[in-house]
Amino acid sequence: MSVRRLFHAPAPPAELLVREAHVVDPRSGLDAPGDVLVRDGAIAELGAPGALPVPGGAEIVEGAGLHLFPGFFDPHVHLRTPGQEHKETLATGTAAAAAGGYCGIVAMPNTAPVLDSAPLLGALREQAERDARVPVGFMPAITRGLAGDELTEMAELRDAGAVGFTDDGRPVVAAGMLRRALQYQRLCGGVLGLHEEDPSLSGHGVMHEGAVSARLGMAGIPSVSESTMVARDAALAAYEEGRVHFQHLSCVESVEALAAWKAAGAQVSGEASPHHLTLTDEAVRSLDSRFKMNPPLRTEADRQALIAGLRDGTIACIATDHAPHARHEKEVPFEEAPMGVTGLETAFPVLYTDLVLPGVLPLGLVVERMTAGAALLDLATPRIAVGEPANLALLDLAASWEVGARGYASKSANSCFEGRTLRGVVRLTVAAGGVVHRADAAVEALA
Amino acid sequence: MTVGDHAGTTRHLLSIDDLDRAGIERILDRAASFAEVAGREIKKVPALRGRTVVNLFYEASTRTSSSFELAAKRLSADVVSIRAATSSVTKGESLKDTIQTLTAYDPAAIVIRSPHAGAAQLVARWTDAAVVNAGDGKHEHPTQALLDVYTLRRRLGALDGARVWIVGDVLHSRVARSDILAFARMGAEVTVSGPPTLIPRGIEALGCKVAPTLDRLAEADVVYVLRMQHERMQEAYVPSLREYAACFQVNAARLQPHQLLMHPGPVNRGVELSADAIDSPQALIAQQVEAGVVVRMAVLYELLAGTGATGAAAEGAIETVAAA
Repeated sequence: MSVRRLFHAPAPPAELLVREAHVVDPRSGLDAPGDVLVRDGAIAELGAPGALPVPGGAEIVEGAGLHLFPGFFDPHVHLRTPGQEHKETLATGTAAAAAGGYCGIVAMPNTAPVLDSAPLLGALREQAERDARVPVGFMPAITRGLAGDELTEMAELRDAGAVGFTDDGRPVVAAGMLRRALQYQRLCGGVLGLHEEDPSLSGHGVMHEGAVSARLGMAGIPSVSESTMVARDAALAAYEEGRVHFQHLSCVESVEALAAWKAAGAQVSGEASPHHLTLTDEAVRSLDSRFKMNPPLRTEADRQALIAGLRDGTIACIATDHAPHARHEKEVPFEEAPMGVTGLETAFPVLYTDLVLPGVLPLGLVVERMTAGAALLDLATPRIAVGEPANLALLDLAASWEVGARGYASKSANSCFEGRTLRGVVRLTVAAGGVVHRADAAVEALA
Repeated sequence: MTVGDHAGTTRHLLSIDDLDRAGIERILDRAASFAEVAGREIKKVPALRGRTVVNLFYEASTRTSSSFELAAKRLSADVVSIRAATSSVTKGESLKDTIQTLTAYDPAAIVIRSPHAGAAQLVARWTDAAVVNAGDGKHEHPTQALLDVYTLRRRLGALDGARVWIVGDVLHSRVARSDILAFARMGAEVTVSGPPTLIPRGIEALGCKVAPTLDRLAEADVVYVLRMQHERMQEAYVPSLREYAACFQVNAARLQPHQLLMHPGPVNRGVELSADAIDSPQALIAQQVEAGVVVRMAVLYELLAGTGATGAAAEGAIETVAAA
């Protein structure tokens, strides 16, 4: 309980009165205009619009016409540190998170070297305490070097602050190895995050296997390469009474397998990404490497299954799988390009524009799923309630912006939404009690 | 032909999807007029005099690269042919840098062959030259499809209603993809057949049918056989070339007298085609190679004539051709 699992360089505790914003926090039953007072970095008081007196020394933020949400939480990002700092650093990755309204993110271990030992985790903690604008958690590898052969020292890593464990970027190919990790989980706790892919089925695939890959002549990654592994690993988790979290689900069959095992009482959860919720493999016809990621964009039926899963709770949270790559790495033919797209700065605006505005999903549900990743990893859920640390995202949902027109806070520009005009500008982000992001005047002028 | 990034100024041939039926016919008619030039003692016309065509080949190729080179030379263009093995590509230069370097020479056209799908599209984004896709990965090979249509049209008059079977390794074939699109656009009914491991899931979306065996091959008017590469056996797509040949080789026993036989080359004798089939009078394989030069002349002409400083000269040249 006492082990810290999120690390950052704290901003000064905020003293803020957000006046008359529309406050939405489904967990607190809030969906109405109101005042929110933050004192010393914590939520001190909630009141009717204009009801709270202006306290001395507090900044007043006029929120009329804006929406105030609990800060978002992303259980799945790649910060590329150590070893690939030309793509992203803790500073730029957390700046991107702050710009996207996030108050907490969890970094994956597929770095160079791989995060698979306590000393390396210790070094990253220190770096985060120097450089990270928003709190960052780390998920070290399940197996040493992500090689799938030997377990990492999970107990020591947990004591050193590991949120959980994952070989993300790769599956744990051998069922027996995952079983050992599930057994060890009883000793040290920590969710096992699973990137599901049977490499004998995905092979050299670069996109979803289907009519579009047939047209383009590119090797396909069939849906069953993911779903058969979801089913296998859910069965293993149930057998060992362990807990697993399925990362970036992409297809109908995976959602069905997850729903079946949840109904059977297995401790399994799942996440979906904004790009899988809003795009399909039709986008790959452009042969633009910005649409290349793993798992790949799949069909409209898959997209609809993910939306339905998100709606009914089968998929508990939204995760960006923010995967920055340098421009020269992506400016190559599709098959040559690395997998991955950025996502922290566009996640909420994309979901708001493509799913909330057309009436596909209610706003409150999206806000809930944008924050639910924390609890799945045994971390505190951001909430708007008196006494809670201030984790807030203030957005102008009437304003629109063009993705990429003013660059990115991320070090990389490989957004699959570049050029899109999106509704929803993050005006202010408060993370762990401190102000970490303010939209500048030029952004507001776009509105 | 398609309009590229610089709307109305730069034109490219990246995919058969860039052409409608009328566009295909215009190129084939032009190719037919160039065929008369090919019959002359001096096989050159001055259409592209003073302009530069770059052939950039990142994959081994004999007939495509030599026919593009010959096509450009017969149009009087200056030709630079670059092979990946002899260029700075082997020193790790990126495609983008290579294209930017070549663009500095102000070429009128860049012809590119790449092992990667979409390479020609990328090149079109990075240069002001007209870009011709000479094969990109397993995606497309549009000039091969045009010369195939040209060859068939010469023999059949029109493709409307013709039943064309494409047989073999469709999965790894850019020729198959461009041919399915081009044949269908010209009115043919296209069927593909081959080992189930080498027929891509979803291929029907291109506008063809799939036949699991060659049992109904007699229905075909045209049998188009694809090259079966030996490495497919190591990759476990087929258990053996022997079994492949037993199930899918087109030979005298399977080929009907009324059928025309095509193959993009190079042929594996005794694998996808038997020697008797290759050497039969039904085979159009030599005509396909012959068509390569005139069709590629027509493509370059369509893309480049009427643009740039020599536009007027080019128009004059084609009148000379037509009069000849």
